[in-house]
Amino acid sequence: MTVELGHFSLVLALVVALVQGTIPLLGAHRNDHDLMMVARTAAIAQMLLVGIAFAALVHAYMVSDFSVRSVVMNSNSLKPMLYKISGTWGNHEGSMLLWVLILAVFGGVLAWFGGSLPPALKARALAVQAWLAFGFYLFILLTSNPFERLVPPAVDGRGLNPLLQDPGLAFHPPFLYLGYVGFSMAFSFAIAALIEGRVDAAWARWVRPWTLVAWVFLTIGITLGAWWAYYELGWGGWWYWDPVENASFMPWLAGTALLHSAIVVEKRDALKGWTVFLAIVTFGLSLLGTFLVRSGVLTSVHAFAVDPARGVFILALLLIIIGGSFALFAWRGPSLKGGGLFQPISREGGLLLNNLLLSVAAAAVLVGTLYPLVYQAITDGKISVGPPFFNAVFVPLMAPLLVAMAVGPLLPWKRGDLSPALRRLWVAAVAVLGVTAVVWSQVTDMSLFGFLGMALAAWLLVGTLVELAGRIRLFRAPITDSLRRLARLPRSALGMTLAHAGLAIAIAGMAGAGAWKIERIQVMAPGDTVTVAGFTYTFEGAQPTRGPNYIATRGTFTVTRNGKPVATLEAEKRRYPVEKRETTEAAIHPTFWGDLYVVIGDQKNTDGAHVTRIYFNPMIGWLWAGVAVMVIGGAVSLSDRRHRVGAPSRRRADVFGGATARS
Amino acid sequence: MAWLAPSLAVEPDEVLADPTLESRARGISQGLRCLVCQNQSIDDSDAELARDLRLLVRERLVAGDDDQQVIDYIVSRYGDFVLLKPPFKLATLALWAAPAVILLVAGVAVFLYYRQSATAGGAEAAPAPLSQAEQQRLETILRDRDVSS
Amino acid sequence: MSKRVLYLIPLAVFLAMAAYFWRGLGTNPQTIPSVLIDTPVPAFSLPPIDGRDVGLSSDDLKGQVSLVNIFGSWCVACRIEHPFLMELRASDTVPIHGIDWREKNRQAGPSWLARHGDPYTLTGDDPDSKAAIAFGVTGAPETFIVDANGVIRYKQIGPITADIWKNQLWPIVQKLRGE
Repeated sequence: MTVELGHFSLVLALVVALVQGTIPLLGAHRNDHDLMMVARTAAIAQMLLVGIAFAALVHAYMVSDFSVRSVVMNSNSLKPMLYKISGTWGNHEGSMLLWVLILAVFGGVLAWFGGSLPPALKARALAVQAWLAFGFYLFILLTSNPFERLVPPAVDGRGLNPLLQDPGLAFHPPFLYLGYVGFSMAFSFAIAALIEGRVDAAWARWVRPWTLVAWVFLTIGITLGAWWAYYELGWGGWWYWDPVENASFMPWLAGTALLHSAIVVEKRDALKGWTVFLAIVTFGLSLLGTFLVRSGVLTSVHAFAVDPARGVFILALLLIIIGGSFALFAWRGPSLKGGGLFQPISREGGLLLNNLLLSVAAAAVLVGTLYPLVYQAITDGKISVGPPFFNAVFVPLMAPLLVAMAVGPLLPWKRGDLSPALRRLWVAAVAVLGVTAVVWSQVTDMSLFGFLGMALAAWLLVGTLVELAGRIRLFRAPITDSLRRLARLPRSALGMTLAHAGLAIAIAGMAGAGAWKIERIQVMAPGDTVTVAGFTYTFEGAQPTRGPNYIATRGTFTVTRNGKPVATLEAEKRRYPVEKRETTEAAIHPTFWGDLYVVIGDQKNTDGAHVTRIYFNPMIGWLWAGVAVMVIGGAVSLSDRRHRVGAPSRRRADVFGGATARS
Repeated sequence: MAWLAPSLAVEPDEVLADPTLESRARGISQGLRCLVCQNQSIDDSDAELARDLRLLVRERLVAGDDDQQVIDYIVSRYGDFVLLKPPFKLATLALWAAPAVILLVAGVAVFLYYRQSATAGGAEAAPAPLSQAEQQRLETILRDRDVSS
Repeated sequence: MSKRVLYLIPLAVFLAMAAYFWRGLGTNPQTIPSVLIDTPVPAFSLPPIDGRDVGLSSDDLKGQVSLVNIFGSWCVACRIEHPFLMELRASDTVPIHGIDWREKNRQAGPSWLARHGDPYTLTGDDPDSKAAIAFGVTGAPETFIVDANGVIRYKQIGPITADIWKNQLWPIVQKLRGE
C-alpha cells in the first residue's frame, strides 16, 4: 500500500510541477503578486510529495518488499540494513527518484527561504525548476517506474553488486546528485535572468552561494567515488578518465569557472553574458552526465543497465532543456551589456584567465569523451580515447592555471602591475626550488609529471599563504594584530585561501601517487617476507571468515620498519554467493608520506601460499586531505554573511527585517 | 556460472625474470585496452583475454620484438580500438587538434574582448536602472558587507 | 550582427552533438567491428584436440567456402548455438571448422563434443589463445566466413540462430560460392 502511495505522490508531484511551471510565469509577466506566490506553495508541495514518494521506496527496500520489481532486482533479505537503504539509489529507477527528490528539495528551499529575492525573479526561477522537474517526473513515470509491482512476488531478491555494498559508495551518488542538481539553481536563475533581460551584481550575489553549495557537494561526491575506487578496486588507482568519471568532472570544471566568473559580475558588473552561458553549460554538462550513464552510448565501468528507450527519452529532454536554453541565450544574450572595464593584468584578468583555462579544459575533456561517437560516425570503425590522451591534454592546461592561481589574488581590481605581485612571490619560488631538491634526493625514478606536480603544489601553497600573510600583515605588524586581522578576515576571503591551499595539497598527492607508486606482485607462503619502500611485510597466513552476506579469505600481514613494528594489516577476498561476485578488500595503513596497501589474491597451492600485491602509494593521503581542505574552504565561504543573501538562512531575515524580506 | 571477479590483474606467474623486459611489458599493457571489459587496460584487468594478451606481449618481447612491433601486431588483430592512446591519423585529427584549436579560439576571443573594451574607452554601457525597492535592497546589502569586513 | 552569430554558436555546437548522440543510441558500444574482413586468414597450425589425429591449420581453409567457429566447453552461449550447428552439419550445406578455445584441461573439449554432438569437419585445440588472438576474437562463440581463397569475408559475433543464418550468413556463403 505504501508503494502505491509513493507512486500516487509522484503523479501528484507531476501535476503540481505543471502548475508551478505555468501560473507563476504568467504572474511574473503580469506583475500579479498572488499568481507569483503560487510558485512558493507549489514548490513546497512538490518537495513534500516527492519526499513521500522517496520515503515509500526506501521503506520498500528496508522491509525487503519483494513484490516490487526494483527491490527484487537490486536487494536481498540478507543485506545489512545500510546497504538495503543505499540500494534504493544503487540502481537506475531509484537513483532517478533521488535525483528528482534533490531537485524538489532545492526548489522547496528556494521557495521557503528565498524571501529577499525580487518576486518576479524568484517566480521565474521556480517555474524553470518546475519544468525541469516535470520532464524528469515524466521520464520516471513513463520509462523507469521504481514502484512497479512484480506479480507474483519473488521469494528473495537478486542482491546488489557487492562492489556497491560499501559505505563510500553508499554516499557517493547522493553527493554527486546534490552537486549535479544543485547547479540547476544557477541554471534556473540564468534562464530567469534571460527572460527578464537583466543580469546585475545582485543577481550574481544570489547565484554564487547556490553554485558554491553545488560545487562543495560535487567535490565531495567525485572524491568519494575516487576514494572508493582507490580502496575497493584493489589496484591502488583512483582516476581513470572513464566516460562516467569525466561526466562528473566536466560540470565540476565548468562549475568552478562559474564560481569565479560570478565574482566578476558581482564586483565589476562585467562578463555577464559569459556567466549566464557558463550557468547553462554547467547544468547542461550535469544533464549530459545523466544521459551518458543511462543511455549506453559509451562504454564505461560505471554504467547502469542500459536501455535505448530511456536513452531516447533523456536525449529528448536534453534537446529541450539545453537546446531551448541555448536558443533563449542566442535570442536574449546579446542584450546583456557588461559595464566594468579592466586590463588583462588585474584581478578580473586573473579570473578571466581562470575561466579561459578551465572552460578549455572542460571542452577538451568533452571532446575526448565524445570522440568515439564522432569517430564511429565518420569511419564506421571504433576507437578508444583513454588516459594517455586526457593526461596529454589536461596537464598542459592545468599547469599554467596553477601558476596563475598564486598570482591572481595578489593583483588589484581593474588594473594591476605584475612585478610587485611577482616580487611578493619570491618565497614561493624558493619553496619550488626547495621541494624540487628534496624530491630529487628522495626518488630514484625521474618522473617529469611528478616533479612538475610537486613544484606547482609548492608554488601554489606558498603563494596562497603569501596572499593570506599580506592580508593579515603577518611579520609587518605585531603578531597579536595579525591574529586579530585573521579573525576578522571576511569568511569568503578565508574560504578562498583554504580552497586554493587545499587544491595545492591535493595536487601534491596526485603527483606523488601518480609518479612514484611502487608495486610488488608475488606468491607468499606463511612466514615469507617482502620489503616494499623500506617496509617489511610478513605474511602470517590466511583464514576463512564470513560476513552477513559473504564468505571471505582473510590474510594477515605484519609490517615492520627497521625491525620496529608498524602495523598489522588484514586484507580480504570476499565471495558473495547471491550475487556470484568476488571483491577484494584492500588493507590500507595510511602514513604521512604514503599508504601501505595490501591485497590478497588466490591461493596458489595447498601449503597456504597466496598471491599478494603490495603497494606503496606515496602521498595519496594528501589528495584526500587536500580535497577536505577545499571543501572546508567552500563551507567557510558559504558562511560569509554576504553570501547569505538569497541563500537559505533564517538569520538573514533578521538583517532585513521580516516585512521587507518576505515582500 | 562465471564468477565476476575484481581486478586482480597481473599474476606472479606471468612476470618475466628480466626486469627491463617486464617493465617494457607493463608499459605496453598499460596502453592496451581490455576488449571484454568496460574500460580498463589489459594491465588492470583480470579478464582471461586480457591475461592471454599480456602473456602474448611478454612472449613477443622475449622473442625479440621491439615495443612497436608488439603493439602493431595486436592492432593488426583488433584494430585501433585496443589503443588507449588514439593514433594520429586523418580521422583523429579533429580529436588531437581540438584542445589546441579551442584554446586558440578562446584566446583570440579574450584578446578581442580586451581590445574592444579598450577602444570602448570610458563609454560604459549604462545598466538597466534599478527600481526604488531594488535600490533600497542593494543599499542594505552593501551596508551589510561593510559591517562584516 | 556578428555578435548575434556569436551567441548562436553554443546552440549549433549542441545540436551537432545531439545528432551524434542520436546515431550512437542505436549502436552497441560493446561490439567491435573486425579489422580482418577481406584479409587472408592468419597463418596458424593448431594441434588436434585430445583423442583425434587431425588438427586445423590455415591451409585447410583454402579450396572452398567454409565457416570457422570459435567455441569452448566453458562457453554458455556456445551451448545455445550448438543445436543449430548440428542441424547445419546434418544438412551438409557448408563445412564448419572448430577452434576449441582456452580449455582448462585437454579432455574438456572432446567430452563436450561427445556429449552434445560434433558439428565440425576439422577441429583444432587452442588452449593458449594463439589462434583466437590471431583472429581478433574477443569472446565465444564467434564465426568467420572464409572464402575459397582463404580470405576472411564476414564475422559473426555471438550465437548463430536459424534466423541469423537465413538472413545474413547463408546469402553471403551463396554469393561467395558464385565468385
